[in-house]
Amino acid sequence: MEPTENIADKHTRAELDLPELYQCVHCGLCLNACPTYRALRIESESPRGRIHLVRAAAEGRIELNQGFADHLNLCLMCRACETACPSGVKYGRIAEAARAAIGPPGSKLARGVASLAFTRLLPFPSRLRLAARLLRFYQRSGAERVAGKILPRRLREMSAMLPAVPDRFFAPEAEVFPPLGARRARVGMLGGCVMSVLFAEIDEATLRVLRKNGCEVVLPRNQGCCGALNVHNGETIAAKEMARRNIDAFLAFELDAIIVNAAGCGAAMKEYGHLLRDDAAYAEKAERFAARVKDAGEFLFELGIVAPSAGVHIAVTYQDPCHLAHGQKVRSQPRALLQAIPGIELIEMNTPDRCCGSAGIYNITHSEMSQELLEEKMRSIAATGAAAVVAPNPGCMLQLRYGARRYGPAVEVFHLMDLLDRAYGAS
Amino acid sequence: MRPSALVDELRAIVGEQYLLINKEDVIVYEQDGSILQAMPEIVAVPANTKEVSAIVRAAKKAGVPIVPRGSGTGLAGGAVPAEGGVVLSLARLDRILEIDLENRLAVVEPGVINLEITKAISKDGFFYAPDPSSQAACSIGGNIANNSGGPHTLAYGVTVNHVLGVEVVLADGEVVWLGGRVADTPGYDLTGVFVGSEGTMGIVTKAIVRLMRARESVRTLLAVFDRAEAATRTVVDITAAGIIPAALEMMDRTTIQAVEKGAPCGYPTDAAAVLLAEFEGVREHGERAMALVQSICRQNGAREVKLAKDDAERQLLWKGRKGAFGALGLIAPNYYVQDGVVPRGKLPEIMTRIAEIAERYGLIIANVFHAGDGNLHPNILFDMRKPGELDKVIDAGAEILKACVAVGGSITGEHGIGLEKKAYIGLLFNEQDLEAMARVRRAFDPAARLNPAKLFPTPAGCGEVRFSPGKIPAGLWI
Repeated sequence: MEPTENIADKHTRAELDLPELYQCVHCGLCLNACPTYRALRIESESPRGRIHLVRAAAEGRIELNQGFADHLNLCLMCRACETACPSGVKYGRIAEAARAAIGPPGSKLARGVASLAFTRLLPFPSRLRLAARLLRFYQRSGAERVAGKILPRRLREMSAMLPAVPDRFFAPEAEVFPPLGARRARVGMLGGCVMSVLFAEIDEATLRVLRKNGCEVVLPRNQGCCGALNVHNGETIAAKEMARRNIDAFLAFELDAIIVNAAGCGAAMKEYGHLLRDDAAYAEKAERFAARVKDAGEFLFELGIVAPSAGVHIAVTYQDPCHLAHGQKVRSQPRALLQAIPGIELIEMNTPDRCCGSAGIYNITHSEMSQELLEEKMRSIAATGAAAVVAPNPGCMLQLRYGARRYGPAVEVFHLMDLLDRAYGAS
Repeated sequence: MRPSALVDELRAIVGEQYLLINKEDVIVYEQDGSILQAMPEIVAVPANTKEVSAIVRAAKKAGVPIVPRGSGTGLAGGAVPAEGGVVLSLARLDRILEIDLENRLAVVEPGVINLEITKAISKDGFFYAPDPSSQAACSIGGNIANNSGGPHTLAYGVTVNHVLGVEVVLADGEVVWLGGRVADTPGYDLTGVFVGSEGTMGIVTKAIVRLMRARESVRTLLAVFDRAEAATRTVVDITAAGIIPAALEMMDRTTIQAVEKGAPCGYPTDAAAVLLAEFEGVREHGERAMALVQSICRQNGAREVKLAKDDAERQLLWKGRKGAFGALGLIAPNYYVQDGVVPRGKLPEIMTRIAEIAERYGLIIANVFHAGDGNLHPNILFDMRKPGELDKVIDAGAEILKACVAVGGSITGEHGIGLEKKAYIGLLFNEQDLEAMARVRRAFDPAARLNPAKLFPTPAGCGEVRFSPGKIPAGLWI
């Protein structure tokens, strides 16, 4: 078949021609692990199909048209296929490159809003906080109630999915916090953009838990958003800038590890080396940085935690955040920490490592598929009879809280650091 | 050629979303688990038997071929639309309709994934026996088409031994049942004829499968050998002693080294070969069989015999075996797996022949296979980017198959003939044999419109078949 010339120019085609494409042996073991394939049972909505499409595009056999973009964008980027793959294909890298070639997803309006958010909001902590304050005003002034009555259904649903913005944001009063007791490690900590604004108490809990376990904790003032959402949605230019900023901020300190309590951020930061591989000034620093990144649960398990003093008496089930289980291969460590807390009963749900449908901004760009997955997830949670779900990632927590409200059961949703913090006696 | 009347008709049957004609939608159906490609014109993804039947009728009226497809994990190009036409995906027929433990059977749709059956009944102490290495992805419909086996085929038999009956859509769209819920139906064993027909006789829309009781105990051992012939000799001696392991697998040095390089599981990298043997049954039987096998291994000079102490150790031993094919990708960018079978007694001889062929062609061949039933999987490792290399590999593969047939074996144990091996079926059957088979096929499908250009040594037809170009590794389930 003759390559068609009118598509993506040769430059784009060359960018898509990744070595990862040729590791795929077309075996199909990924199909059944893929949430979108399971839902639709169409090959182009499977990892193998999407890889085939990217390869065909790289070879010039198909165009980078709307159909191609739709198939790539329906992917949740949960990377469950990477866990299933016997040949070690890094699907995430393929999909990210393809998304960079086709640009951000969604309708023209949604694309515009997302692009604005990715390039003008996330990279600037102060602007993000301002936006959160506006949202808080909207929620508290009664405007949301009015909106609930007058907005069209689609916007009303989106409004209902917005999390309640808390009274305060995470604003550490110092840059360096001494350990409580003898020093066992010196670590950096990422506040995170969503975490610090919507889940200040989890950042505070993480800080306390780390210090309790003998960590001197550094929160570099110049840190910012990790850029994960940008990478997933094809905005790599902004993402690289954000990565460089964090690298400079953290590498200014001597650190044993860089601790992240959001799975999506951790997975993205472990990939900084790959993201900046062509940046002569940063490639080596990015590798060095990435090698130090650890999920909070992963790090604490390796360090060995101080035995908790208080009990937390509750039956919980654990939801593997995709970017922790599939992206970072961290599965057993958070479970082991949970079980180290006196009083906690861990009841496993069916397929705890299947995506809940949150997937960054996916629940907004593809709400139908997202809700289908969430409903299935809530049924699995209900079947355990647990009173709470632990999911150490803000996106999953927001999604599961929405699921508990909309579909039930009325479970509480915790971060692992919440429960550890309580087990160390926090009220 | 895109007969728009047919497209409209099919769209009315399955709905807009499940009738695919755009290039970016159909191109992903040009290939299965093999390295062969041919582009379909139309892909239809029906939801039930009625829709399947309507699609077959419409295609018949338009005179267009139909190629059924399950999960597309096949290794012989069986789901590749060699003559174009309509690819009919059974992926949406994915329900387990009934589980009847009293009668030890389940009624399932063809798109059900093999492993899902066992998952649904394991809590009750049952399992579905045929276990292809692709069982986490392959479909029951595809298993029936290819009469698939797996590591535990040795003790439990292949798919045909576990299918009681099938509902099929015939070439004219008629829906019929072959076999049924009881083991013995009078008259010809049409279920037996149908299983393994590679989609050339009809399309399975329901299957009644046999369920088995999980065994009381499972014991697994790994035997390490410094000479490959000692390992194959051990396989022969074990079966000659009247012991039937549930599985008896062999891996050679190249494979061991690849496995240990990828995901180490404790195979010694300096060994010439290892055997993995598993016994299932009542506990006492397992103990006795294990003791016997250990002594046979030692008589043949095994350097070490390691018993898995618990389930975790057992899983680890199997992990290396099951991940072997993926690991081969760490040695060479491409590999081509053959599926020859020899009588067990000829294993030592055929291994020597394969080594000779490898040396003569200057190729590396890694062997990892179902030794217990003489089902070889020589993986020819190569780099498709080197000019002329692929031709050499295909020639070497053909020689291996010829060698298997020469010692009284066959050209396929479980992967099927499909598109890939149809040129070699003449090694086993003469023209009269093939004509007799063609008559059976014509009794089901007179116009040969169901999965044309497969199984029989006919030319590929009007469609364009090509090897997947570039750096793609081949074939997988080993």
